[in-house]
Amino acid sequence: MKLYCLSGHPTLPCNVLKFKSTTIMLDCGLDMTSTLNFLPLPLVQSPRLSNLPGWSLKDGNAFLDKELKECSGHVFVDSVPEFCLPETELIDLSTVDVILISNYHCMMALPYITEHTGFTGTVYATEPTVQIGRLLMEELVNFIERVPKAQSASLWKNKDIQRLLPSPLKDAVEVSTWRRCYTMQEVNSALSKIQLVGYSQKIELFGAVQVTPLSSGYALGSSNWIIQSHYEKVSYVSGSSLLTTHPQPMDQASLKNSDVLILTGLTQIPTANPDGMVGEFCSNLALTVRNGGNVLVPCYPSGVIYDLLECLYQYIDSAGLSSIPFYFISPVANSSLEFSQIFAEWLCHNKQTKVYLPEPPFPHAELIQTNKLKHYPSIHGDFSNDFRQPCVVFTGHPSLRFGDVVHFMELWGKSSLNTVIFTEPDFSYLEALAPYQPLAMKCIYCPIDTRLNFIQVSKLLKEVQPLHVVCPEQYAQPPPAQSHRMDLMIDCQPPAMSYRRAEVLALPFKRRYEKIEIMPELADSLVPMEIKPGVSLATVSAVLHTKDNKHVLQPPPRPAQPTGGKKRKRASDDIPDCKVLKPLLSGSIPVEQFVQTLEKHGFSDIKVEDTAKGHIVLLQEAETLIQIEEDSTHIICDNDEMLRVRLRDLVLKFLQKF
Amino acid sequence: MLKSQDLSSRILSFSLRLAGIFAAQENCFQYLQGELLPTLFGEAGPLGGAAWTAPTVRSGWVQGLRTLARHPSALRFLAACGAVDTIFSLQGDSSLFVASAAGQLLVHVLDLAMRGPAEGRRGPRARDWPACAQKIVCHIEDSLCSAATPQVTQALNVLTTVFGHCRGLWTQGLWVRLSPLVARLLEKDPVPASHSLVDLLLSVARSGPRGAAGGVGRSSSVLSSDRGLWETLAQTLSHLSPTQAGPLALGILKLQDCPQALRTQAFGILLQPLACVLEAAAQAPGTPGLLEGAAGDSMTVDTLLSSKSACVGLLCCALAHLGLLQPLPQRPSPWPQVPLLGAVVTILRLCSGSAAPTSDVGGRLCAILVGCGRVQRAALDFLGALSQGTGPQELVTQVFSILLEYLMSPESSSMVLKKAFQATLRWLLSSSKTPGCCDLDPHTQQFLRELLPVLQKRLCSPCWEVRDSGLEFLTQMTRQWGGRTGFRQALLASEVPELTRQLLRDPESYVRASAVTATGQLSGWGLRATPASPERPGAQQESLLGELLHILSTDSEGFPRRAAMQVCTEWLRDGRADVAEDPERFVAGVLQAASRDLDWEVRAQGLELALVFLEQLLGQRGSRCPYSVGLPETAPPGVLAQALQVLCRVQLFEFAFRALFDCDRPVAQKSCDLLLFLRAKAASCGSLQEAGDSPSVASVEATLQRWQAGEQGQPLGYLEPGAIVAVLRSVDLEGLRDTLAESSDHVEKSPQSLLQDVLAAVGVLGENEADCY
Repeated sequence: MKLYCLSGHPTLPCNVLKFKSTTIMLDCGLDMTSTLNFLPLPLVQSPRLSNLPGWSLKDGNAFLDKELKECSGHVFVDSVPEFCLPETELIDLSTVDVILISNYHCMMALPYITEHTGFTGTVYATEPTVQIGRLLMEELVNFIERVPKAQSASLWKNKDIQRLLPSPLKDAVEVSTWRRCYTMQEVNSALSKIQLVGYSQKIELFGAVQVTPLSSGYALGSSNWIIQSHYEKVSYVSGSSLLTTHPQPMDQASLKNSDVLILTGLTQIPTANPDGMVGEFCSNLALTVRNGGNVLVPCYPSGVIYDLLECLYQYIDSAGLSSIPFYFISPVANSSLEFSQIFAEWLCHNKQTKVYLPEPPFPHAELIQTNKLKHYPSIHGDFSNDFRQPCVVFTGHPSLRFGDVVHFMELWGKSSLNTVIFTEPDFSYLEALAPYQPLAMKCIYCPIDTRLNFIQVSKLLKEVQPLHVVCPEQYAQPPPAQSHRMDLMIDCQPPAMSYRRAEVLALPFKRRYEKIEIMPELADSLVPMEIKPGVSLATVSAVLHTKDNKHVLQPPPRPAQPTGGKKRKRASDDIPDCKVLKPLLSGSIPVEQFVQTLEKHGFSDIKVEDTAKGHIVLLQEAETLIQIEEDSTHIICDNDEMLRVRLRDLVLKFLQKF
Repeated sequence: MLKSQDLSSRILSFSLRLAGIFAAQENCFQYLQGELLPTLFGEAGPLGGAAWTAPTVRSGWVQGLRTLARHPSALRFLAACGAVDTIFSLQGDSSLFVASAAGQLLVHVLDLAMRGPAEGRRGPRARDWPACAQKIVCHIEDSLCSAATPQVTQALNVLTTVFGHCRGLWTQGLWVRLSPLVARLLEKDPVPASHSLVDLLLSVARSGPRGAAGGVGRSSSVLSSDRGLWETLAQTLSHLSPTQAGPLALGILKLQDCPQALRTQAFGILLQPLACVLEAAAQAPGTPGLLEGAAGDSMTVDTLLSSKSACVGLLCCALAHLGLLQPLPQRPSPWPQVPLLGAVVTILRLCSGSAAPTSDVGGRLCAILVGCGRVQRAALDFLGALSQGTGPQELVTQVFSILLEYLMSPESSSMVLKKAFQATLRWLLSSSKTPGCCDLDPHTQQFLRELLPVLQKRLCSPCWEVRDSGLEFLTQMTRQWGGRTGFRQALLASEVPELTRQLLRDPESYVRASAVTATGQLSGWGLRATPASPERPGAQQESLLGELLHILSTDSEGFPRRAAMQVCTEWLRDGRADVAEDPERFVAGVLQAASRDLDWEVRAQGLELALVFLEQLLGQRGSRCPYSVGLPETAPPGVLAQALQVLCRVQLFEFAFRALFDCDRPVAQKSCDLLLFLRAKAASCGSLQEAGDSPSVASVEATLQRWQAGEQGQPLGYLEPGAIVAVLRSVDLEGLRDTLAESSDHVEKSPQSLLQDVLAAVGVLGENEADCY
């Protein structure tokens, strides 16, 4: 069993598991942090951004000044943003049989894999994952396509040139493999390869293994996966949460008794408790708005935003903010808000029961009804008519490199009354803000990441007790900035095996058994013999029939009946007659006693050597060698059949026959 | 009645108790012991029968005997009916109440047996003791030697009660006899019933038998002497685990007289966990520790690192014990204020994850403690307690910085924040006590500048507990510092006053109540949200008053209304400008709102306001001290007449008379006091014309009678001052006061009530069971 690690990002994993002749890709996350190296794409012409000076080398050489721009000491690529794809060279991706998706954030690289690698398999995901994943992709494509950029920078990617660049461009990995965003056509084609599954549904893969999605409690439709054969079980835990938020709670019980548990997608901010962060979010929002300032919340169009809106629903009246407009701007804002209300079966119990009242499960419906929350596809059109300040705007993209958020950063950045509150943990807020410096607006960082923290992981592992844990290298040691925090790493016994990008791990367990079915009539004919209390043996003569990785023992064909004088050759004649069965032997040979027996029978000059697998008894005089191993005994002598038979009979004395 | 076959267990229990009460008198006992008492308490009674399975019957049996056992005849009766053995077995009863009562009964019987006429002669020699006492003591001895922990616990608990409650000389003898057995418990590993053992040793140490034991003790046994007890205590301290030894160490340090060596050992036990933390987190070796030469006790370190719960438990206990010790006069001296401050700051840093210890132990402590709310709360409490002492400026700066870190951190839970606010307040107040300085020092000023934005944010928290603690903190701080320029400037420059005002409309009633108090306090010091316009200086105040009256008359919850009444009372008392302009209108409005209030505390507070108003009109009440002698102050007749007119206009009498018959006793009491005060004032001024026979007086009296009977619908109508005085004289206010002064259950406790219950029980048995009080 092998694990090919194609992504180095612990929360945007992409791993391939080879298990029992199947090749299973676990998630295909897209690392978008690469976009932080690019200049933002403004929706409206920004004089500030277009007038940024070009960057030149220390010696004054300015050949890169068209591609690279400088802003407050940082250098950015002036080009269409590009993404860092999972490794494509480590394994031939056309051999991947299936892709299992755990949540909508972990499928963003899907079009790159399904459309450009010769992939011919099937993708499995739950319905909300697919629908919301589609929205995220649609938003991404829309954000990038609606601001066409003539220039595509590639000179800086030259390895010799990259070395000369300042950090972080200098240290960016595998820039040559960075790719521009896919198209909507590719998205549609990729999504058409997805087969929808439900929680606890058992999906057979070629009869070899069975895969089952389980609720992971992190997002609508988010799943962990069980991959099991009859005797082995691998659990893939990716992006799980034990907090009570909107999705169905995590199914922990089904993860028990795993041989291997692959653990990815833990919280990116292990020191921040989501409750405290929500409190910070609300307090800072209220303070800003009370002072007449605007609040900008860069966010994804789905996920935590539902919980934030729910908190605000309860909070705005108490904080006296009922008259403040809340705007949600995204090309998919409407679909996202509506989808969330229709996936009742994927929601937590409380929200499910609301549906039967009937009431919308999320209170944002009421916010919309009362005109407190308004949503728009973009800043163009209706929004510009309705826009009132002070207000709160939720919009993407959290990287601050594209989307409507760029416009608001440019618009509100100059006033210290305004605040930008970062709630998404995927991007470093300091790096996200770098191309907007100098910035007067206040910045508050309250990342809300509901995924498992290390305390919860430790409890989970105690509860489900896997034999081996496999995790990204980042989880196997404390964070570099807090090396004394031994609590911020996975602590289990045996220690977790860690992996890094482009590494192949041989998973530490061997398959020892295979299930074979016996046909009833064959089973009837067996006569078990008890060789020791509780253990019975029977000899079986049968034909092993293997199809679709299922093995069946069928009764052997009957020997051909002597049929009169007809000499016609029949099909059954081809099958060789079953030979007379030799007795089966069992037991072990105690070497000392065996040597004594040999001596008693006249052999002398006996030497015993220990080997890794057993013993070798040397009869030096007879130039004969007896190799005794756990499951075989060989007598090697030089053309002396008599001697061999004598020795064989001595060996057989120690063994039981039946 | 007892012969009835289907007697319910409650009636039987009641009968047992009642019989006990009757038999408490020796002559009554003589009368009853022939038939009734053996039938109830002897083997022929419920004992062992089906009724005995009911805990209430067993409880009645024990309580009956407890009341009965008051004279020597009772002791003989107990011995004769074999009750003592039953009491022994009841010590392990499944009902905790019965088991506990049985233990206490045992102590009572032992005490009764040892007292009596020969008490003076009964020395510690056991052979002189009566048979009943011998039997009990032998039982205790057997239990102490038992291998079963519950039995040891029972024996220790009985002994603890003996030394806590019995004062006879015989207790010394008992200690002489039993202390070797108690000391032997320490040889076992683990020490059984360690909690109870600690309680016993402390009880013995406090009761002082060793002090009075004198020569007798010393001659008979080392353990009976002072030294013996101190040695046992010292031994116990060293045998128990650090967690178990904590309460004993605290108890020893609270003792008035105790050898210094033992005190040092006990203090060391309390300091040990903090010393370990300090040592583990020390950045450089050689940092001064808490305990010279004894730091890093391996047992304490092992406990700290063994598990999260052990570590948290030990640290919390140590912090709580030291916090209790800190304000006591007998606390160890010199008190290690500086290392303690250092240790508690370190603990708080470990909990917040901001410490970066280099040692292994430090790293593991950090992993255990990070984010632990229990330790954070205990440490903040102790840090607050340490504010009574001083420390070097550098350390005080660290204290303020860790407090600010906690107040700012989004990770702080609401309880931790509350404690952080409380500790901050204590440190701020103690740091500004510098004599001869009327304003804040620059450090405090700087801290305030950083603190107020945090407070601002906390007042906007979505968690109501946080908003509430923020407001409480603001109120306390303003109460102390409202007059200090530095504080005033910083506060007015912030948005805190405005936010406080907005929180008057908070959805959570506790927050509204705190906001009312805070706003009242702020406005009392003239710290308004924004300066009032020059044209209408009182405009904002007026609207605030309107807002308070609005809360008083419309708020659906009691807490904000109570707070509003308190603020109104304070405003009237302090003679605030806008209230002083037209106090009549103000008082009339508030009383009107209070009179309709369903919350008795609001009505009681209304009477407080009425009293303040009365005092302002008629002069102060006499000294409240009942023993002080003073001549009644008199008001000139003209003033009184005018005052009564005013009181009639604001309808104070209607309010006060209604309150006089209020179903809540404190309200009625307060009203009674108020009216008595008024009557005294009126009496001192005889010239006021009374209207004793006028029809209005008669109608008022009739209305009052109806009110007293519970028909409060009819209003009193407008009253003439003369009629008031007449009514005040005619109502028996003193009698009413005496009735109200009785406890609320005095009717139920009276013998008459008991008799009624008995009659009811006999009369309608089965239908209406007697209540057993």
